Amino acid sequence: MISVRLKNWLDSGTPYIWLNAGAVSVSVLLVVGLLTLIAVRGLGHFWPKAIAEFEYTDAAASITRIVGEIVEQENVPRARLAEIDARIPDNAEYIDRYLIKTGNRDHLGMDFRWVVATGMSDLAYPEDLVAIERREWGNMYGSLLALKIDGKEDASAGSPVWERFQQAIASTQLLHDQIEYIEKDLIGDINYRIERLRLRQNRLAMSGTNNQLALEQIKQEQQTLQQQFDSYTEELSGLYAQLAQYSITVRISDGTEVELSLGQVVRAYQPNAMSIFGKIHFYIEKLWEFVSDEPREANTEGGIFPAIFGTVMMVLIMSILVTPFGVIAAVYLREYAKQGMLVRIIRIAVNNLAGVPSVVYGVFGLGFFVYFIGGNIDELFFSDTLPSPTFGTPGLLWASLTLAILTVPVVIVSTEEGLSRVPRSIREGSLALGATKAETLMRTVLPMTASAMMTGLILAIARAAGEVAPLMMVGVVKLAPSLPLDGHMPFLHLERKFMHLGFHIYDVGFQSPNVEAARPLVFATAMLLVLIIIFLNLAAIHIRNKLREKYRASEQH
Amino acid sequence: MSVNNTESYLPDFNNAAAQRYRHYRKIKDVFIRYLMAIGGIGVIAAIVMIALYLVWVVIPLFMPARLDQLASYAIPGGSDKSTIYYAMEEQHEIGMRVMDGGNIVFFNTQTGALIGKESVLRDKRRSVTAFAVGDPTQRVMVFGLDNGTVLLRGHQYSVTYPDNQRLITPSVFNLFDGKAVVIDSRHKPLVLVSAQSDETQTTVAAVTNDNRLLLVNLAVQTGFLGDSSTVERTEQSIQINSSAKITHLVLDVEQRDLYFADDKGWLYFYDISDKSAPQLVERVRTSHNNAAITALQFLSGGISVLVGNSDGTITQWFPVRDGSNSYTLQNVRSFDSQSSAILAIAPEYFRKGMLALDKDGNLGVYHATAHRTVKLVQVNAGPDSLLAIAPRANAVLVEGKDKTLQFWKLENNHPEVSWSSLWGKVWYESRDRPEYIWQSSSASSDFEPKFSLTPLAFGTLKASFYAMLFAVPLAIMGAIYTAYFMSAGMRNLVKPTIEIMAALPTVILGFLAGLWFAPIVEAYLPAMFLIFIAVPLSILFTAWAWYKLPQFIRLKVPAGSEAMILIPVIMLVTAVVFAASKPIELWLFGGNLPLWMGEHLGITYDQRNSFIVGIAIGFAVIPTIFSISEDAIFGVPRHLTTGSLALGATPWQTMARVILLTASPGIFSAIMIGLGRAIGETMIVVMATGNTAIMDFNMFQGFRALSANIAVEMPESELGSTHYRVLFLAGLVLFMATFMFNTVAEVVRQRLRTKYSTL
Repeated sequence: MISVRLKNWLDSGTPYIWLNAGAVSVSVLLVVGLLTLIAVRGLGHFWPKAIAEFEYTDAAASITRIVGEIVEQENVPRARLAEIDARIPDNAEYIDRYLIKTGNRDHLGMDFRWVVATGMSDLAYPEDLVAIERREWGNMYGSLLALKIDGKEDASAGSPVWERFQQAIASTQLLHDQIEYIEKDLIGDINYRIERLRLRQNRLAMSGTNNQLALEQIKQEQQTLQQQFDSYTEELSGLYAQLAQYSITVRISDGTEVELSLGQVVRAYQPNAMSIFGKIHFYIEKLWEFVSDEPREANTEGGIFPAIFGTVMMVLIMSILVTPFGVIAAVYLREYAKQGMLVRIIRIAVNNLAGVPSVVYGVFGLGFFVYFIGGNIDELFFSDTLPSPTFGTPGLLWASLTLAILTVPVVIVSTEEGLSRVPRSIREGSLALGATKAETLMRTVLPMTASAMMTGLILAIARAAGEVAPLMMVGVVKLAPSLPLDGHMPFLHLERKFMHLGFHIYDVGFQSPNVEAARPLVFATAMLLVLIIIFLNLAAIHIRNKLREKYRASEQH
Repeated sequence: MSVNNTESYLPDFNNAAAQRYRHYRKIKDVFIRYLMAIGGIGVIAAIVMIALYLVWVVIPLFMPARLDQLASYAIPGGSDKSTIYYAMEEQHEIGMRVMDGGNIVFFNTQTGALIGKESVLRDKRRSVTAFAVGDPTQRVMVFGLDNGTVLLRGHQYSVTYPDNQRLITPSVFNLFDGKAVVIDSRHKPLVLVSAQSDETQTTVAAVTNDNRLLLVNLAVQTGFLGDSSTVERTEQSIQINSSAKITHLVLDVEQRDLYFADDKGWLYFYDISDKSAPQLVERVRTSHNNAAITALQFLSGGISVLVGNSDGTITQWFPVRDGSNSYTLQNVRSFDSQSSAILAIAPEYFRKGMLALDKDGNLGVYHATAHRTVKLVQVNAGPDSLLAIAPRANAVLVEGKDKTLQFWKLENNHPEVSWSSLWGKVWYESRDRPEYIWQSSSASSDFEPKFSLTPLAFGTLKASFYAMLFAVPLAIMGAIYTAYFMSAGMRNLVKPTIEIMAALPTVILGFLAGLWFAPIVEAYLPAMFLIFIAVPLSILFTAWAWYKLPQFIRLKVPAGSEAMILIPVIMLVTAVVFAASKPIELWLFGGNLPLWMGEHLGITYDQRNSFIVGIAIGFAVIPTIFSISEDAIFGVPRHLTTGSLALGATPWQTMARVILLTASPGIFSAIMIGLGRAIGETMIVVMATGNTAIMDFNMFQGFRALSANIAVEMPESELGSTHYRVLFLAGLVLFMATFMFNTVAEVVRQRLRTKYSTL
């Protein structure tokens, strides 16, 4: 009886429909799960985590005090741990293991440590524990003992040491900003001008004319610059001395008291004592730092502003290049070329180019743009700096051009589609009123296609923003010394190498020496990139839908 | 009159301004037409150029070498004495000729003008009876004399730049302070000699005129403080067959192997790493048809010997370790482009290439490892012609038969690449069998790059195979349901959700696969196996349970909501499977499945493996396949389905027999496009595999794919080098493969579109 019903049920095909439905559910779950994962891990990173303090008895039965953030928890079968640690109790089949971020890499030798739950005792979250973000060596955890000025303990005003510490950080931050301004902007400017003078000198020497006057002038300018440079370095040493006055004493987990110069401190906080609003404030501050600041410590700390900036610059230049060419090619194919076999073949070829692997475009970009065109430009216009290449090396312009070639099929296909949707009646109407073909095109057809072009461009941008493989060959670096846009002539430096969000993910996640420390930052970067790309795609979809409705309406009239 | 009349009523359309304006409009129209045509054709040409440029970079790999005669002049230093050796320096500006009596002349290779003259023999009573050179890069020559002694000399070149002009000055230097080294204590004349010399030791092998083979080693022993050094002498004679006459004798640069050939066609291989006890390793015949050995030379690096035979064949031999750890000589490859006796073989200094000159005056340019005859050219040579190659393998000296010396320019940039070396198995030196190897760089300098694209192409196919295995069922089944069974409202939500994943940067997928997913898979491997069974089963079970539910509940849920109902089920099952994973692992596999697989099944487990990559790339191509096949299924004309349903077919029967059949070309093209994407995927492969170029079908091992290889190695390859061009070739292969898949898909799709419109 059951078997007959089962057979009927199977014959009806319902189970197959359910299986197909299951495939949709799995796909949707994968997509949503992935996005959730990125969002949770990426956004969670900036939330201040509590600092735990506990006694730990390790495998060799020695007891140490550990202070740090609990980063990860893992459930491990007993067998796997028993090999390392004989003291694991027999009754438990599974044992919890925690990954602790202990910080203090300069004193403890490592900043992450796995501990087994059974060895932990006296776990507490004391309110006075401080997390100090440093410019080098990662975080420091411990309790703040004293603030020193000029090596003497500062006991003025009687306010608690924590408050005085915060004030001192604010003032040292000011000093630090000043130093950075002088080092980066002022001295950077002088270096730039000295380099220009050197090139002028080279050119004079190469031209062979013995122009004493010009040489003298160069020498004079060099001297003034040198004087400026000297005065700046003097000012710098003063600032450094001021900065060196401040220091703090911190007791770290193993009980030693460590002296830390305040010049090293970026930020300090007591997460265990923070209120929920304090934490939110801290979170926003960290988030802002992430998008607006420069990276520290081999890209594993700080912000990713140069990468955002580089990505945006590249995409902008690419858009400027790709839009006119893509549109012209599409207009030619659809409006001017004689429709026939050849155009059909070309259309298929253009369509297919969108499917050619991006790494192939990278190879082409490196060979053709960088070595061939760039090398020739160098020989023609920048022979004074050879053999060090100007354009004959990967850079922003070549990266943008390569991506423009990569994305031009997207723009062509989208624009063509837009052109094919413009009703025949509109063209005929325009021509019947006496407009030439060019006028019809410029005044009626193209404006009606504008949103299709936009869609194409947005899709092109979305693709370009996420590409990494070709960029690795034509201009992206892990750490660019300067942004491609600055105050020196000609302001936009197309030959410079730049940083990129996608490459940043690859580099920090896979090439960084301290992957454990870098991972949360990579998640945050990934989230930013996903947000940008999803936003662009949604915009494209929205515009496309708008466009369809508009034509549906115009067809009905 | 009437004309005037109309003029007065109508405005003047033909006045000068209107004409000018019309003219301007016409020019504008033409201008825009040309602008569009030029721009459009330009852009299309630029796109087409990509393929052409790749081909243009790749083509030099397969071009034959060029040999051009630059000069020909009377033999420098006079032809009254015969020549025993020619050589050139780095820049091939200066040549050296060693003459029979031990005189050496240096000459300009372009003109033949003499530059210097030296004499080796100071004692005029002696005569040179034998001559040989050591490793060509060390420029050591050995002169065997008629009193059983040898003189060791070297030639050197100093470069100076007086008046910014390069000036190369040649000279001859002495080894052992110019003193003769006694080889034969009986002082018989030496008829054959071979020597190698470096900072620590010098070895000389020689044959006397009474047919004894002698071996002398002089090792420099430096004192503990490095202040004193003594020379330790070891000598030994090697027993040889007295009836045979030794015709060729060569010693390898490491001074460990000795090869000689006799006039009966035998090649002998001695291990002389212990100089006091030379060991005969093997004796082989080098030719099948009793041809005599007419030339014997080491290939650069001193591992292979090249044997030239009287029938024009050249064979390459090197010792190969067999299973019992002993060495046997193997004929690794033979070249038979030439047909008369090989007179001279000139190996290149640094690459595994060589030149060979035969009796008919044919000069062959070869590359040993690539098994490639790069060029064959007729030179004017006689039966005792000599041959020399420049250190950079860019010039050749040939002594012609009419007492002239010919200077040839050789352009041979990429001999190491051939069709067989790129795609076939190659037997590299020091390997025990022919293999597919990709190894483009190494720490040591005397390393031979190995460019086999086969393991890389294999890696690419392996990645695509696992990716398609994961993606095709999910994407197509999903497309079937979304297009045909799902309610319209949900479809509008689900389709964009899945499609947006197509735009997700693969670098993010690669990062997640490598750093997040790979450790999870390793820790929950049983769950990974289970989930592929448990999820489909749970779906079927839910379907059955749903079918058994009372009708009033079922009818409350709108049709086409199966996917919604399944979401919590699948989530629950996944959670259960993961929770059960550790206990199962503990219970059945001793708590560590990867280790257990290694011990019991012999499956090695890499953390970043093909399984991970398959899922990650599968994830990346699901939206592509889904979207295109969903369009194809959705586009099947409605009257077909309604007709089928009206005739009494169930929805599933309609789907399987009518819709899928009609839409199958569209689904095929979706798979093709997905495959094209999987093949070219780069960042996921770079990040989620170990990138080792191994060929192994094991799902839990990594690989190195073509695309990842390009991305990793391209930035470091030198412009114009063989490596650079081979990487371009890899790019071209990817380009052609994806272009082909996409074209097939596009053509099929266009056909489908016309089919739908006629149905």
